[in-house]
Amino acid sequence: MAKLKDLSLKPERLTGGHRLCPGCGVPAVARMALLATDAHLVVGASTGCLEVSTTIYPYTAWQCSFIHNAFENVAATISGVEAAYKALKKRGKIKDEFKFIAFGGDGGTYDIGIQSLSGAMERGHDMVYICYDNEAYQNTGNQRSSSTPMGSNTTTTPVGKESYGSVGRRKDLTAIMAAHHIPYVAQTTSDNWKDLNRKLARALEVEGPAFLNILTPCVPGWKYDGKDTINLSRLAAKTCFWPSYEVDHGKWKLNYTPKEKLPVVDFLKPQGRFRHLFSPENQHVIDELQREVDDQWEELLVRCGKK
Amino acid sequence: MPEQLALTGNEAVAHAMRQINPDVVAAYPITPQTSMMQKFADFVADGLVDSELVLVESEHSAMSATVGSQASGARSMTATAACGLALMWEILGIASAYRLPIVMPVVNRALSGPINIQGDHSDSMGTRDCGWIHIFSENAQEAYENTIMAMRIAEHPDVLTPAMVCLDGFIISHGVESVTIYKDNLVKKFVGEYQPHYTLLDAKHPITLGAMDFSDFYFEHKVSQLDGYNNSHSVILDVGSEFKKTFGGGECYEFFEAHKMDDAEYAVVVLGSTAGSTRMVVDDLRAQGVKAGMLKIRVFRPFPYEEIARLLAPLKGCAVLDRSIAYGGDGGPVHIEVRSALYGQSPVPVMLNYIYGLGGKPIEPEHIHSAFKDIQEAVATGNVKRRVGYLNLTE
Ligand SMILES: Cc1ncc(C[n+]2csc(CCOP(=O)(O)OP(=O)(O)O)c2C)c(N)n1
Repeated sequence: MAKLKDLSLKPERLTGGHRLCPGCGVPAVARMALLATDAHLVVGASTGCLEVSTTIYPYTAWQCSFIHNAFENVAATISGVEAAYKALKKRGKIKDEFKFIAFGGDGGTYDIGIQSLSGAMERGHDMVYICYDNEAYQNTGNQRSSSTPMGSNTTTTPVGKESYGSVGRRKDLTAIMAAHHIPYVAQTTSDNWKDLNRKLARALEVEGPAFLNILTPCVPGWKYDGKDTINLSRLAAKTCFWPSYEVDHGKWKLNYTPKEKLPVVDFLKPQGRFRHLFSPENQHVIDELQREVDDQWEELLVRCGKK
Repeated sequence: MPEQLALTGNEAVAHAMRQINPDVVAAYPITPQTSMMQKFADFVADGLVDSELVLVESEHSAMSATVGSQASGARSMTATAACGLALMWEILGIASAYRLPIVMPVVNRALSGPINIQGDHSDSMGTRDCGWIHIFSENAQEAYENTIMAMRIAEHPDVLTPAMVCLDGFIISHGVESVTIYKDNLVKKFVGEYQPHYTLLDAKHPITLGAMDFSDFYFEHKVSQLDGYNNSHSVILDVGSEFKKTFGGGECYEFFEAHKMDDAEYAVVVLGSTAGSTRMVVDDLRAQGVKAGMLKIRVFRPFPYEEIARLLAPLKGCAVLDRSIAYGGDGGPVHIEVRSALYGQSPVPVMLNYIYGLGGKPIEPEHIHSAFKDIQEAVATGNVKRRVGYLNLTE
């Protein structure tokens, strides 16, 4: 297990000076991922906040090789990089050891990129796909994705006389990836560096594809005070809104059980995107969101053999 | 000794791929390309190549993975047709902008809709401005040879531009012909090793590829891409003449084949397999004393404007055959280019345009004869009845 101090002494592979927002949850996750291995890396990112903010020509924040291709195809792109690596290794043209990481936002992963992701995972490429889930298309200004929670006020589900925000339950992408029966699938929040580091290291270490789904709060989209990113992540775990678990070679394991499961309102309260839910006529949305969280938590407990 | 084999066009191209033995091949089925990648998969299964064959879940991913692998310094290929090429469209422009010399056989098929699986040129014409080189083939032999030459053209350090090798769906892809397959070692030597300038897999020199390019650099980058593209013009000729020197054989290693054009008064301009029947019609007409000729365009992109202008300007009349429509444009895409090539020439020939063969509609010698007749008539009477017409359309 890595020590935080040791990690802090490693050379940065994603340097400061990039243009992600102050308080953004994404760069912390990205840096953690890159620090979880000493191997050479090729990183890919789908079009989105991480990509546009770290590679504004002629600058790049990436100290390892990086490729951006398009929005929906980072998984296919990195699968091609990995295939090239295998081919060139086989032909003796490459000596160095490389690992491969693909980053995608929830829009680029749950929605437009799910085909490319599913294909790359199913084909068994030795790569790690990390979805940084900020629960909407944030780079284009907070439009709803299939990861957006019920009741969220987004720019395509604006609150109005006839609307309380986004409708319907979130897609359970982590379970969908587990159903691919790949070696390693996990999800976690961005506050718990130990858990994050362990999962990233495990994902990079297993042979074959691995998928991580990491909740990354978004200051302008979720509308909260930027200093609260870590607190908000923690509340997502403590309310079981975003449980931390892993599926290692088919074995489901719960990694965090809150001592006292907090009500989902504790997670909603600090966020402007849910502000309207706190007027009486929208109580039913909070109730429904609580039911969604409870249902998924119960299902997870069963899957993890806790019930 | 080269081998003489009875092969379909798809098999012939698969043999070129076997000889090239790319590092990575991405494959996805679509009629009429499917049997090409099936043949290549046989070569993989039999250990005749050791390429990494990536069986992607779509053509979008085929092109995306090919971009990833070529950017990693691996020689990478894929092949497609019609809807598959349309699905790749977004990534075609990324491949060319990243200067990745991917070579892709395109088995030309009508673009949906309505859905149709037979040959026309609407698919590759839809990708005309994606920054790829487009080389057309008349038959299986040319499709085979063009695939080998395209590798050298695309990878040339002054060019670094991806290339499509176009072959007509079914007529070439599925028709069996006698094809000369050159010796493996000679082809391998001709193609050589891929020497990438930059790769993602260079541990000592990591690179960032695909950065966000704003208005302070984007335009400049596009023009530098265009400069590289334009360098292909002379490289195409050089590679063609080296190919001819190495392998002998063949006819069409330049921008076009000019059949009986030296003293021609009337000519038909054509792409792809229809050149076969056109050549026959020209020879018939010659026997009847008509000074007929044919211009078979091999390289549609970069379009050889000056060379074509020189050849066509002295004619009395010509007819351009187009196997696709340029909606809202002046007939078909080939016609538009040929007219543009002749701008500034004086005098210029009378020019007619015929759309033909859409969705696999047959084109018979009689139809080409009728085109020649129309031009002769238009020249004789000075009266053009219909500038853009159709061949074998039930009206
Ligand atoms: C094919 C295509 N459709 C739409 C877009 C526009 N687009 C670019 S980034 C983006 C949002 C990305 O959202 P997400 O994947 O959630 O990542 P985030 O912006 O939150 O980092 C969109 C819609 C695009 N670039 N390409």
